Amino acid sequence: MLDNLQATAEAWPFLAQGLWVTIQLTVMGSALSLVLAVVLGLMAGASNKALAIPGRIIIEFFRGTSLVVQLFFIFFVLPQFGVELPGMVVGVLALGLNYGAYSAEVVRGSIASVPQGQWEATTALSMSPVHRMRRVIFPQAWALMIPSLATLMVHLLKGTAIVSVILLRDFTFYLDQLTRQTDTFWAYAAVGLVGYFLLALILTLFMNALEARAKHRLGRGPSLREVLSPTPTNKNSLSTAGGGV
Amino acid sequence: MPTPTDPGATTPGDRAGGATAAAAGHATRGTAPIIEFRDVEKRFGDNVVLKDLNFHVNKGERVTLIGPSGSGKTTILRLVMTLEEATDGMILIDGDPLTHRIEGGKRVRLSNKEIKKTRTRIGMVFQQFNLFPNMTVIQNITESPIHVLGQSKDEARAKAKDLLHKVGLDDKADAHPSSLSGGQQQRVAIARALAMDPEILLLDEVTSALDPEIVDEVLGILRNIADTTDITMLIVTHEMQFARDVSDRVLMFDGGAIVEDADPHTMFTAPTHDRTKKFLRAVLGEGQIGTR
Amino acid sequence: MENQRQPWNWDLAFEALPDILLAFLQVTLLVTVVATLIAAVLGLVWAMIIRLAPQPISGIVKWVVSFIRMTPIVVQLLFAYYTFLMFDAIPIGIVVFGIHYSTYMSEVYRAGIDAVPKGQWEATTALSMSTRRTWTAVVIPQALRATVPALGNYAISMFKDTPFLLVIGVVEMVNAAQIFGGNNFRYVEAITLAGIIFLLASYPTSVLVRRLEKRLAYAY
Repeated sequence: MLDNLQATAEAWPFLAQGLWVTIQLTVMGSALSLVLAVVLGLMAGASNKALAIPGRIIIEFFRGTSLVVQLFFIFFVLPQFGVELPGMVVGVLALGLNYGAYSAEVVRGSIASVPQGQWEATTALSMSPVHRMRRVIFPQAWALMIPSLATLMVHLLKGTAIVSVILLRDFTFYLDQLTRQTDTFWAYAAVGLVGYFLLALILTLFMNALEARAKHRLGRGPSLREVLSPTPTNKNSLSTAGGGV
Repeated sequence: MPTPTDPGATTPGDRAGGATAAAAGHATRGTAPIIEFRDVEKRFGDNVVLKDLNFHVNKGERVTLIGPSGSGKTTILRLVMTLEEATDGMILIDGDPLTHRIEGGKRVRLSNKEIKKTRTRIGMVFQQFNLFPNMTVIQNITESPIHVLGQSKDEARAKAKDLLHKVGLDDKADAHPSSLSGGQQQRVAIARALAMDPEILLLDEVTSALDPEIVDEVLGILRNIADTTDITMLIVTHEMQFARDVSDRVLMFDGGAIVEDADPHTMFTAPTHDRTKKFLRAVLGEGQIGTR
Repeated sequence: MENQRQPWNWDLAFEALPDILLAFLQVTLLVTVVATLIAAVLGLVWAMIIRLAPQPISGIVKWVVSFIRMTPIVVQLLFAYYTFLMFDAIPIGIVVFGIHYSTYMSEVYRAGIDAVPKGQWEATTALSMSTRRTWTAVVIPQALRATVPALGNYAISMFKDTPFLLVIGVVEMVNAAQIFGGNNFRYVEAITLAGIIFLLASYPTSVLVRRLEKRLAYAY
């Protein structure tokens, strides 16, 4: 046990480097996936078939072909055609494309579930389609989509652990190194799984805060400050729908 | 009257088809119909909701549509608001086609831009209010005047405050819709519709979702608007007293067609058609017809 | 190589296909099917323990389940592989996938149990049914119905996760493609084929699941 601790302490600078790579992959991959999700989600949900069909095809393609295939395609196949990308870019691209396609489905679904009356009110107020989406529909859909996006981001974080196979030195890569000085149980479970769990927890808390803020803006539930304050507020009010009687 | 098979035929109004009507444009104001339905048909799949419907509403007129549910009243409002599009025939707003014109016997859809131009002249208040929950009350009211009509922020805000005063909600400008009662939300929705300065206001069962005791506060505001403006109003309501008070004309609908067209006094005291008598007896109760 | 830049080589594609198909049938499908069964059963076990067991136990199980759910399957595979040295990589992979996905399934069962209408519980009380009969004859059958599509969706997503097995040296479909590519200094055919097989297998299945979902939704 003491040996394990000591070895971990000595390896800490490397582990921290690995964690940093994992965090970067998660943040940049999530950012890319979010952008793609909004673009593809809007396309797939459009009434214009010239947008909807390509959107659908792209979503199904990247959902259907597996993250590792996409990772290997970018890493092994593209260089054959003269496209050589830095490892970090390969990782972010593959993660962003794969989870972006999953998230696009969430975006599309959330937009579709904004009540019909909201869409009709924008027509009655002569809003253009872009104006309607930007100012009325998307802000409401956003609150609906955050929980599912949060789940997908945790999946993305977990997915980053595969990038060591394309020689990226992420957290998992240094865990492998750590096993040479410690028990495998210690390295993979006590350091590795716990480390990832803490990252996932932070990510989840962050997304919960975003959700609380988004709901508060729709007049449902307390403000973020109230949520974070030590005095408990009534959490049930989160579920009361706005706009009703 | 034009036959259903020839929607481009000449009407008594002496307009030969939509194209010329559009060109002839704004006829004499005041007496000219601001809403005109010509042989309008609306079907959802096999379900024909409106069939060969012809009627018109003059400028400044207040017309109430009554009739059993499913008779097509709400569909008419939705057609005028362009929330639905007619499957045949055409609708004219102030002489201009709304969504389709008829060219050489064929129906041609207008461009979205053309439709939008007409649409800004029309406002609607919904049964379910449909306030935007992501905006405050005043943002709800000023959003479209600023971003669609291009008014300045100050101008739009000043006008919104004015309207809020009119509907008795001066102190609610920065409130969230979800913190308001149903009656208050509907009053905001009325202010929001009026902020667009519509020439035509469509009221779709605006009190049906409200508790009985607050129906009157909303109707009172609408009465006031009817008294102080010359906005054309097309109203679907179950509040017969209100219909009687504000309407110039009442249209009785059944099965997607007009059964009776009369001034409110005649309609509510001496309806001629059996369907109307039956309907009014059902909604007003036995012995109510002719009490005034 | 002279045709290194040639976009697609059919000969090489046909040469790669047997290896990839074999890996697909022998490893990818095997792991997916067996691990899905494990996940389906274990998930129900977790859900029942969390729901029915007394406090310390249900609380601990709940924590362990969310811990497994929120940590990478890749690290779990490495951990299990190097800890349980007496087992081969494939059985390890099957069990780890089964356990990992059982944590998702337990959520599905929990939601399914919660969705059984209150009136059903009240009816079992009114009929003086035992706890055991209440669960086995009323609650679980109703809860299971709604979970079938979710199980299908997780099976599909597990199927697409099976390439993670390559971290413990299992030659599943993508690993086979990669090895073939490495031997021939050309990856495009083999890796594209692997991707196509994933797409061909997963897309129709997900369409079927969606249809099933709709049919079940209308059934009540």
